[in-house]
Parts: sequence; C-alpha cells; structure tokens
Amino acid sequence: MSVVAATMQKVAAEALTVGRPRRSVLRARALLGLAVPVALAIGWELAVWSGLVSGRLVPPPSIIFATFADLAAAGELQRHAAATLLRVGVGFGLGVAAGTMMGALTGYSALAHRLLDPSLQGLRAIPSIAWVPLFILWFGIFEASKVILIAVGVFFPVYLGVMGAVLSVDRKIVEVGRAFRLSGFALVRRILLPAVMPAYVLALRAGLGLGWMFVVAAEFMGASEGLGFLLTDGQQLGKPAQIVAAIVAFAVLGKATDWIIAGTAAPFLRWEDAFARR
Amino acid sequence: MLVLDRIGKTYPNGVRALDGVTLRVGQGEIVAIVGGSGCGKSTLLRAASGLDAPTDGTVTLDASEIREPHEKIGIIFQEPRLLPWLTVAGNVGFGLAQLPKPERQQRVAAALDRVALSDKAAVWPRELSGGQAQRVAIARALVTRPSVLLLDEPFSALDAFTRVELQDHLLDLWAESRPTLVLVTHDIEEALVLADRVVVMRPHPGRIAGSIDVISSRPRDRISAVFEEQKRRVLNLLDSTLLRRRPSPALEADYSI
Repeated sequence: MSVVAATMQKVAAEALTVGRPRRSVLRARALLGLAVPVALAIGWELAVWSGLVSGRLVPPPSIIFATFADLAAAGELQRHAAATLLRVGVGFGLGVAAGTMMGALTGYSALAHRLLDPSLQGLRAIPSIAWVPLFILWFGIFEASKVILIAVGVFFPVYLGVMGAVLSVDRKIVEVGRAFRLSGFALVRRILLPAVMPAYVLALRAGLGLGWMFVVAAEFMGASEGLGFLLTDGQQLGKPAQIVAAIVAFAVLGKATDWIIAGTAAPFLRWEDAFARR
Repeated sequence: MLVLDRIGKTYPNGVRALDGVTLRVGQGEIVAIVGGSGCGKSTLLRAASGLDAPTDGTVTLDASEIREPHEKIGIIFQEPRLLPWLTVAGNVGFGLAQLPKPERQQRVAAALDRVALSDKAAVWPRELSGGQAQRVAIARALVTRPSVLLLDEPFSALDAFTRVELQDHLLDLWAESRPTLVLVTHDIEEALVLADRVVVMRPHPGRIAGSIDVISSRPRDRISAVFEEQKRRVLNLLDSTLLRRRPSPALEADYSI
C-alpha cells in the first residue's frame, strides 16, 4: 500500500477525533458558572456578619457549611443523600425506559400514535402529585410508591421529547437511509436514533429535573431517610440551617447528575451545527 | 439496460403526474431529462430509484424488476443530504456497512481521493462548502459501485463556477467505470455538456415530448457553434411541446441560458 493511501486511510479512521475545546477553556467555562452562587454566598455572609440582617431564618454560608460538616461527620449526610440518589436513580431509569419506548413507538408508528397518544396526553394533564394517595394505596408507604411517583414525573418529558423528535426527523434524511435499503430496526438504529439524539438528551435532562422535583414530594410522603426527610425534620425541629443544607445538597446533586448526562452525551453531539457552538 | 416501461403515477390527491412514460437507457449511457417545473422529471427518477413505486408500468434493470431501492442503483439528490452526525468519511462509507472495516476504509479513502476531498475525511458536514458537500454526496453514491446512477438536479443549488467544475468532475468519475447516468436538470447547457441523449418532457400529465441525441464528442465546448445548434434544437423541442407555440428568437432569452 502506498504511503499516500495509508495516510488517507489513517485520516478516514481518525474521523471522530476533531474539534474539541482545550481543557483550560472548559475549566474556565465551568468556573464562570460558579461566579453567581459564590458571589451571592459571600454577599449574604458579609450581610449577616456586619449585622445588616439577622440570619436566623436564612443562615449564612458559614453556619450552613458547619451543619454540612456535622451531618457528614455523623454519616447522616451520606446516608440521606444515598437514599435520595437511589430513589432518583431507579425512578429515573424506569421513567426513561418507559418514556423512550413509548415515545419511539408513538413517533414511529402512526397507528400506535393514534391509539396511545390521546390517552397518554390525558394522563399527562393529571398533576402527578394527585397520584400520591392512589400510589400509597396500591404500592404501600415504602420505596415502591416513591420510586413509581418519580418514574411518572420522568416519563412524560422523556415521552414527549422522544415522540416529538422522531416525528420531526427530516424526511429527506430518512430517504437517504431508504436509498441505501435500510428499513425497520436498521433504519431506526442508523438514521432515527442519531437524528433524535440532541432532542433526546434535552428530554433526559428535563426528565431528570422533574425526577429531582418529584423525589422531594415522594420523601414528603413519609420517608425516614433521604434529603426530603432532612427538610421536614429541619422544619419540625426549627433547624433552618439543616433545611438550607438539604436544599444545597439537592442543588449540588441535581447539578452533578445533570452534568453527568450532558458530559456523557457531549461526545455524541459534537456534530451539531448549533448556535451555542461559538 | 434500465427500462422504464409505460410508467404512470397518480398521487393520492388524484393528480396524474406521469402517464405512459417509456424510456430505455443503455449500459454506460448518459441521459438527461429536461422540462419545466411540474412535468414529472423527479417523479420519474424516484420511480426509477425504487423510492416511490409507480402506479402503472414497470421499472427493470437488466430484466430484474425494481420495486424498491436496489444495490445496483445509486441516487444523488438536489441537496447533498449528508448525515450531520457522521464525518465526511462516515458519510461516504454509509452504504458499505456490510464490508469488513479495513476494506471499507480503503474504499472510502479511494472515493474521497477521487473527489479530491481526502483532507476533509475527518470533518463534519457542517464544515463543508456547498460544492464540497455535493462532492461528498457523489462519492457516497459511487463508492458502492452502482451500475446506474440517478441524479436529481444535483448541481442546481450551486453557483455557476462550482456547477461547471462539478459537471466536469462527474464526467471524469463516469469515465472511470462508465455507469449508466440518468440526470434530471432544468439547465439545458448542463444536459448538453453531460448527456449522450437529452429527453424533453412536457407536463400535465408528464410525458416524453421527444429526445435529441448529442453527437459531439467530449469534452464539449460550451461556446462552439455545434453546441449552440444543439441548444437551439432542444429549445425548439421545448418550445413546440412544452409551451405549445412556434419557436421564436426571444425564447432563448426567456430561458436565461
């Protein structure tokens, strides 16, 4: 094989390794996102310590960090965070699996769309919290009802996102697949799935956001552990620092899990010709 | 040989797009189909590709009936239709998934070399110019080594310079393996530069009005007297069938060619 041909093959084989921003740029972008919360925290700390506000109901960051440290030293923070993460993880997994399957089905098949979508849209109109009494009756007060409530919350954004994305795939792109004799599963795998990937990632992130929202509602249903329990415990015992610490823990975990989805998906979305790529 | 035999197409809304169109294209022949908008050129090409089944008639390639897309028939659309999530190399190799990876890479590299885009193998489609993207589409269609290549106004969205460049490029590529080419175009000069035969269609419903053999050898000089004469003949045919009136000297200006 000639050197030229070998070089051309190498270039073709390396086709997926292009255009990544430098690590220092990525780090700077991440740090920029911390600027607002850090500035607010410092401002509040200064306001409390200078005596401008009392800080009794909204404690300053130093008190919240101290509460964090106490909870962590006692192992309470880890235990409650792990319980919440497990619930969100399982509920999110179930909701994503069901939402993806039903969204793909109703997007791909006109018959399934006509048959199932009106019912699902009807169910979507029910405030999810309204299911709580029924879920407790059906699945008991323990984990099952909490996980299913979270799964219901995750299901609808994922379902809508996947169905809408499949329905809006460019007919001309699908035709390219057909011209290369793709049909059925091969067409879904090689054309539809990559085409819906950006919308799917957005749907997953929206679903995850609702998952975190619903885990609080689920843990208000009567949990003995979890960050939601820390909230109710702090309210009943008059410990605002614990409430804020739990809220901050929700924020950190919610953002971290969102980062995981966004970061995992990023290598698959480098092809996007998006406004944000600037 | 590609044979379109008494092809008819009626859309669900009742519009009759094609009626009794018969066209035989020999192996290695280049046929250009010209005609006004709505005369069924693209519909005919889609029937030939197997993408849209005709309502009446049959399409056969070497005596095999074509009812759906066929491995021996490639198609290039008006837009490049590159898959945005694949690199240039990934797009060119899209139809070679069944081949072992080393062979696929070799074929892709060779195809990119033929369209002079070896240095673009790793870039995304969004990073290409219109002409480069259409060259990738040509490489993607040719890499599977089709015996028939259908082109649906492939250069119409490009600027004049790029269009001429790609027409010459297409002829070079055709000369390597001599597939049958069926080209739909609005551009009479393009038809005359590329084709062995120019088929003129008329609308409502689409029918073949006549055809003209282009006898001059390639490469064709676009400003020669012979070329002008052939252009005049095509225009006369368009004039007498499409516009249903006698030829006039003003006609050429009307067509902006």
